[in-house]
Amino acid sequence: MATAAAHKAAGTEPGEAARQATPPARTAEQQAAFDEAVAADERIEPRDWMPDAYRASLVRQIAQHAHSEIIGMQPEANWITRAPSLRRKAILMAKVQDEAGHGLYLYSAAETLGTSRDELLDKLHSGRQKYSSIFNYPTLTWADVGAIGWLVDGAAITNQVPLCRCSYGPYARAMVRVCKEESFHQRQGYESLLALSRGTEAQHEMAQDAVNRWWWPSLMMFGPPDDESSHSEQSMTWKIKRHSNDELRQRFVDICVPQAESLGLTLPDPDLVWNESRGHYDFGPIDWTEFWDVLKGNGPCNDQRITQRRRAHEEGAWVREAAAAHAAKHGKATA
Amino acid sequence: MTAAPASLPTSGAAPTATPAPTPALPALALGDDALVLSHRLGEWAGHAPVLEEEVALANIALDLLGQARVLLSLAGDEDELAYLREERAFRNLQLVEQPNGDFAHTIARQLYFSTYQTLLYGQLASGDGEFAPLAAKAVKEVAYHQDHAEQWTLRLGDGTAESHDRMQRGLDALWRFTGEMFQPVAGLDVDCPALRESWTASVTAVIKRATLTVPDGPQTGAWTAGAGRQGLHTEPFGRMLAEMQHLHRSHPGASW
Repeated sequence: MATAAAHKAAGTEPGEAARQATPPARTAEQQAAFDEAVAADERIEPRDWMPDAYRASLVRQIAQHAHSEIIGMQPEANWITRAPSLRRKAILMAKVQDEAGHGLYLYSAAETLGTSRDELLDKLHSGRQKYSSIFNYPTLTWADVGAIGWLVDGAAITNQVPLCRCSYGPYARAMVRVCKEESFHQRQGYESLLALSRGTEAQHEMAQDAVNRWWWPSLMMFGPPDDESSHSEQSMTWKIKRHSNDELRQRFVDICVPQAESLGLTLPDPDLVWNESRGHYDFGPIDWTEFWDVLKGNGPCNDQRITQRRRAHEEGAWVREAAAAHAAKHGKATA
Repeated sequence: MTAAPASLPTSGAAPTATPAPTPALPALALGDDALVLSHRLGEWAGHAPVLEEEVALANIALDLLGQARVLLSLAGDEDELAYLREERAFRNLQLVEQPNGDFAHTIARQLYFSTYQTLLYGQLASGDGEFAPLAAKAVKEVAYHQDHAEQWTLRLGDGTAESHDRMQRGLDALWRFTGEMFQPVAGLDVDCPALRESWTASVTAVIKRATLTVPDGPQTGAWTAGAGRQGLHTEPFGRMLAEMQHLHRSHPGASW
């Protein structure tokens, strides 16, 4: 396997070089070694050979994950200037800052696969890559910040903890760091909702209303049902993914029901009931029409989110150009 | 946690005309500076020119909010002081309440203020007054803030023609608010007028290295001398407070 430097010298992306330069017999050998490593639960590292489709699938998933962290700053940052106490304001600022940091780890992990942050951001801004559809919902009250922490971060953690054992080393390691911080945010979100639930009547209502609005979108974060999930099977074979969408969704529901009870809040699902024979909670049908609609760009905030992201990027262009020009003059790394 | 005493207005309904008395002026002055600038920097979240600056600006905002909480707690209840005082009872410098403008404007504000804060906290940390423990911790934070502002002043000043112009405009526009930093603060064990020389030397050196020009206008208008410290603010400040205080004031006596 040629080094990254060699690829750079040849002016090709690693994946592209592998496609062009490797004769079929060698590829079969490499494929066998890759399959063996994955089967043995070994980590695939950036300079190891990997199938092009594995590389492409990881770039897609990690980029989407990074984009979600960045777009996900918006609904919460929406409340920074209105946070009702200085303690809550500090917690929220720290959280939004962590999200930018998570975006940075994840873009770095994606870059080990031969892409660049600029290229990925360009794909986000032009709509060629997606971010989690949950961030297309608006934060209408302060309680939404708590509900996002409890439910949205909770769903993200349920999804991401298995990714700490993902077959691709840089992604798995990024997930270890991300999950630690996310768990912290989730507890803070829960604690914030608890304060509201036990507060005045108006605060309790605010909390219940937020949970009513965020519950179903959170369940949708696990993706389409298993029989409609196009990438799932291949991702599980490659050990990028360890559990199916429906398995993870069920795990999340089972965790949330008792937490909602301790919060003194209800979940907006009349069909939610313990099923003794399955040992799980049964829950009502998800509105998949809404899910696909939001995914296609027709959610409440799709335009707003991407417009703000593009504007920040465009309005910041002169700053990035200045940093590059300064670095070129003075031979220093840019910010 | 934040149950408001009867002496403070707790809702929009008929607040008393006179702001609450302001004991512990130095704690309020320094605390309000940090609180208000932190709020302004918080407005950048999700709008920064590059991800690293999302992290850096939020980081600085958090440091300042931490300082504000300690200082306001020395003067009373931090949330009552932040959320239930009227504009006229705030004691922050007019400099820190100025709107963010573009990135260069924000950096100019950071350069002026962090240089001042470094000098001020440096003196407080070396004394044994009430603020010494806070200042000892804060000097490390403000040294980072100052370095961040200086590095960006250099990059923008000595970057492209556009960034040079913008940085110069930021420095020029905020210059008239800088004189207020050197007005004495009653009860504060720092000779504020004496900070002017070191401040000017430090800021001048950075501005010159950045190939920019030190603004030559007055550092105060007749009406701005010490004004923020006396509760006289600029128009954007009231709107900032309206946003900051709205939710807290809508739920009198609630805990969060």
